[in-house]
Amino acid sequence: MRNAAETIGRNTLAGIAELGLAAVLLLESLGWIFTGARRRQPVRFSAVLVQCVDIGLRALPIVTVLSFAIGAMVAIQGIHTLSIFGAESQVTLGIALSITREFAPLITGILVAGRSGSALAARLGTMKINEEISALTVIGINPVRYLVAPSLLAMVLMVPLLTWYSDMVALLGAGIYVSLELGMSFTAYLGELRLYLDNHDILHGIGKSVLFGMLITLVGVVNGLGVTGGAEGVGRMTTRSVVHAISAIVITDMVFTFLMTR
Amino acid sequence: MSTVIEVDKLVARYGEHTVLKGIDLQVQSGEIMVIMGGSGSGKSTLLRHLLGLQVPHSGHVRLLGEDINAIPAQRLVDLRRKMGVAFQGGALFSSMSVGENVMLPLREHARLDESTMQIMMRLKLDIVNLAGCENLMPAQLSGGMIKRAAMARAIIMDPRLLFLDEPSAGLDPVVAASLDELILKLRDATGMSLVVVTHELESAFKIADRIAVLDHGDILVCGSVAEVRASSSERVQALLNRRIQPLELNPEEYLKRLTGGPVSGGAIA
Repeated sequence: MRNAAETIGRNTLAGIAELGLAAVLLLESLGWIFTGARRRQPVRFSAVLVQCVDIGLRALPIVTVLSFAIGAMVAIQGIHTLSIFGAESQVTLGIALSITREFAPLITGILVAGRSGSALAARLGTMKINEEISALTVIGINPVRYLVAPSLLAMVLMVPLLTWYSDMVALLGAGIYVSLELGMSFTAYLGELRLYLDNHDILHGIGKSVLFGMLITLVGVVNGLGVTGGAEGVGRMTTRSVVHAISAIVITDMVFTFLMTR
Repeated sequence: MSTVIEVDKLVARYGEHTVLKGIDLQVQSGEIMVIMGGSGSGKSTLLRHLLGLQVPHSGHVRLLGEDINAIPAQRLVDLRRKMGVAFQGGALFSSMSVGENVMLPLREHARLDESTMQIMMRLKLDIVNLAGCENLMPAQLSGGMIKRAAMARAIIMDPRLLFLDEPSAGLDPVVAASLDELILKLRDATGMSLVVVTHELESAFKIADRIAVLDHGDILVCGSVAEVRASSSERVQALLNRRIQPLELNPEEYLKRLTGGPVSGGAIA
């Protein structure tokens, strides 16, 4: 009994410490992004660009495939459900709102967490056990400025862009299915989208995705820096970073949606 | 001669366990100070404190007259430009070529054009006998080459203080001897001060001006090679002559440890 209580206590403390570390890293990164140049230690544009290519450009093929499939899936499910009431023709409204507000940001966030969040954790973890992070520090290069800030910046730029792209592809996938199934012309589908979709809906999804980008970076960095015990530790923390990032994304999504629909 | 490194009553602890028990140490300008000791003697911990990678429990570390744990961030960066460090495993950045690794401190701290940096990088690689290796990746290098590349990165800014962690550990005797020569040559050419952490006796006796022998978190003896050799301390002699030390065990602690009962501090050494 005492052991169980002790374990719960220890884990709670460790969890709070990780949250604190994440907050400190976020503030420090923002500090470097905005005042680094004045301190003669700028966050390098080239480093941000490399991360942008890795997080954004390289994710395009998989985002395309999954978004198209999700779009088609929403259309299939929507038509199937609405046919119960004979209201298939109203499917576009459901597609438009659920894709832009929920599905596109979620699927993009989960994909980026799996691709780039884990890569970030693995990279930092390996650097830590090889003393590369200590090496940066003694060279006089702040590891947060050099490693964390570029990733954070790239993530906050790329996840919303990918989400916007995912919106487009998923709406296309849904449109193709709708026009085939209901015999509605694609132009008519686009017309309905324009009628139902508001800038506000798109921005709701994009706004969430900015938060997701931050969460993915911070979870990846905290887990990467928490690596102990060699290669096995890197593997363990990489897995943990994916699980934590996806959980954080889904829970944040729920809270965000609740607050924004009040 | 001026004092460039000053360690004052340094105490380091991991939780309840005291690793360094009030270390005092001075390194003079142009001196090669070798820190020696067996595994678990606290020499790596001492090095991490000298580099400012760990904050001491109590005591002070002053490098070039500045307290490394008390100065503002910008001054610390300025101080770090005057320090070079080669870690035990090299700690080369695996995503960069050897040349990029060596040039990194220049890129971050100096405003030089690319060709000047390239020339400086090739010069330093030449000094450590790695001429022509600048385009290789760290994964393509042998153990000895990695240590030498790390050394080249450590001296690229012409530091006043150079810290080397186990520079010759795990290397074959010929390469190890050439590294010792290199260390002596570097000091004679530049007048920098070196702190070398090692457990290789032969290498230590060859390069050291002074040796500090660390054991269980205390400095047993600190002096010239001759003074250390002549030391009357049994533990120093045991280390020098590779004798196995009888473990000092408290029967009560030993029993507690065997039975898995709560063990108080000092027993886990």
